[in-house]
Amino acid sequence: MTDQISNIAEKREMTINMGPQHPSTHGVLRLELDLDGEVIKNTRPNIGYLHRCFEKYAEEMDDYSKVIPYTDRMDYVSAMNQEHGYVIAVERMLEIEVPERVEYIRVIMAEMQRIASHLLGIGAFGLDLGAFTPFLYCFIEREKILDIFEKTSGARLLYNYYAIGGMIKDVHPDFKKDTNEFVKTFRPKIKELNDLLSGNKIFIKRTANIGVLPEKVALNYGASGPVLRGSGVEWDLRKNDPYSIYDRFDFEIPIGKGEMGTLGDCWDRYIVRVREMEQSLRIIEQALEGMPDEGDVTEGIPKRIRPKEGELYARSETPRGELGYYIISDKSASPFRVKARAPSFVHLGLLPAISKGALIADMVAIVGSIDIVLGEVDR
Amino acid sequence: MINFAANTTYTLPILVHAAVPLTIIVVYALVAIWGERKVAGFIQDRLGPMHVGRWHGWAQSIADLLKLLQKEDIVPKDASRFLFKFAPFMMFAASYAAFAVIPFSSGYIGSNINIGVFYLLAVTSLLTLSIIMAAWASNNKWSLLGGMRSAAQMVSYEVPTIATVLTVIVVAGSLNLMTITEMQAGNDILGFLPNWLIFQNPFLIVAFIIFFISILAEAHRVPFDLPESESELVAGYQTEYSGIRWAMFMLAEYADMLLLSLLGAVLFFGGWNSPFGDFMSGPFWEFFWFMLKGLLLVFVMMWIRWTLPRYRVDQLMHICWGILIPLSFINLVLVALWEVIF
Repeated sequence: MTDQISNIAEKREMTINMGPQHPSTHGVLRLELDLDGEVIKNTRPNIGYLHRCFEKYAEEMDDYSKVIPYTDRMDYVSAMNQEHGYVIAVERMLEIEVPERVEYIRVIMAEMQRIASHLLGIGAFGLDLGAFTPFLYCFIEREKILDIFEKTSGARLLYNYYAIGGMIKDVHPDFKKDTNEFVKTFRPKIKELNDLLSGNKIFIKRTANIGVLPEKVALNYGASGPVLRGSGVEWDLRKNDPYSIYDRFDFEIPIGKGEMGTLGDCWDRYIVRVREMEQSLRIIEQALEGMPDEGDVTEGIPKRIRPKEGELYARSETPRGELGYYIISDKSASPFRVKARAPSFVHLGLLPAISKGALIADMVAIVGSIDIVLGEVDR
Repeated sequence: MINFAANTTYTLPILVHAAVPLTIIVVYALVAIWGERKVAGFIQDRLGPMHVGRWHGWAQSIADLLKLLQKEDIVPKDASRFLFKFAPFMMFAASYAAFAVIPFSSGYIGSNINIGVFYLLAVTSLLTLSIIMAAWASNNKWSLLGGMRSAAQMVSYEVPTIATVLTVIVVAGSLNLMTITEMQAGNDILGFLPNWLIFQNPFLIVAFIIFFISILAEAHRVPFDLPESESELVAGYQTEYSGIRWAMFMLAEYADMLLLSLLGAVLFFGGWNSPFGDFMSGPFWEFFWFMLKGLLLVFVMMWIRWTLPRYRVDQLMHICWGILIPLSFINLVLVALWEVIF
């Protein structure tokens, strides 16, 4: 031990392992940090602790629809969005249209999931900074969304609810009532959250000017979603490359403006998520109004899924950013190759670039603000 | 050295004076840990412990203690064994020893010495030492970082604490906590307010605010709980501890919280004096009022803990050296001037 300590004293630097069993690495991320005191000189993210061979499994399945449960397990806090991305990819390969009612259900589910995911991200971010109470407040709201999902799909986390060409089954009869009720009660809660956390002096001190991600760096690294929007780039696939029926809804893209410090700091990324929840509520309201009451959601599901030979890249906006599925078909019943472009993986690459010179406490804030899910990073 | 065992006239009083604060600390810790979980629960819109012991989970802390006692005793392989085992007990001893000079009521004080405040501040500085000891002995980098943070934090925050305590001493003119309490008796200010020091002088209100912020930092409570911040340093200096040794840290921490709150109650809120003059006075009620005042301050600490995020280490140092220390010294001068003029 004495040798180790004297080594540290000579070099003035020490290497420390943050994770994979560290309370605020959001799962099983391992960061190797070179520290000078508490100042970070270098960050090396190590991944792979949650690798489950998603892409290989997808090739081994004897049916395209059997891949859907695996997509759930990629980003397990926004499973609906993962399924949505995959089904639209396969539908485009098959060149089939889905019924109106299905599209509306999909959009409502995806937006509800976006709110649930952002609630978890914001809550965990607060928790990383030492604020325990907002975390549980977020969970109370998230629970309500999960209850609605459970009533319809039977599951609370991994739903397997989207199907190629339709949905597995119709929504629960109470769905419209429950969702309306949730939308009504949730608006004031966002204000409560802003009072408790967003405007808190200590919270601002901990997040403003920390982990600044300039617009150019963000674009060069291929960032997307709230991380890119936090840097002031108005880029949202729901608007810029509309899929499903997103072009029918009226909503805005919230971007970071550097209100509390520099453009692209942790606070900007955080507030983009808060404001996105409000926009998601707007979409849900409009979708609930426009949703046709009648229609069989299962009628469009093809009996036999055999896309033509070829390849396709389909992307969608998940709570974390651009999720792309690149699928190659060889005319057989199982996909030849499924490659997922996971936003969390891309954002993790940003870490060394934006964490240089930060303190350990800032590192926690930065990891929290890019809101990675390790299931998606490792796949 | 006096042979206590041979001299029975000393043995009994010493045992009694040791047992009384210990009983108070242990009972308080069990209640406070349960209370903290209840407070946290209510703040977070949940119930907190509800099952153990039927009535609102009152026996939860006892169950936790029993669980901790049964745990395996783990000492890390490359740890410095003696220091590792010794540190938690030394930490508890430091805050426990300080209770000797706390006047619990007009009828009971462990040791009525004339340098009570000085003794209390000196003994509690040992806390820092035991934390560094624990951090170093664990041979864990996270522990070491936590220990270093703690050392920096506690040494810094002792300065404003002592400066504000000095402010009170300037007004009171005594270092004996019993004398300071006695001189706050009566209800003369504006005809009804008790003669507590906080009401005697406007600058003492500022002093109390500085004092309270500093004791938050000294007791490692949010927003200054950096040495053990679980989301950054895993558990800081406690990372490698488990079972009863960890429980000793917990006990010491809660004891320290109570000690500093009681010190605040003596210095600013009239100690064991009843807020209603002669109403409900007498040795027992004095103890009741004193503990009530202390526990109220403890409650405020819990309330803050479950509401605010945590500061970063450099911001914490800035608050101390950049704001609190200059302010507390200016305040000291102003209080002295006030005393000279009025």
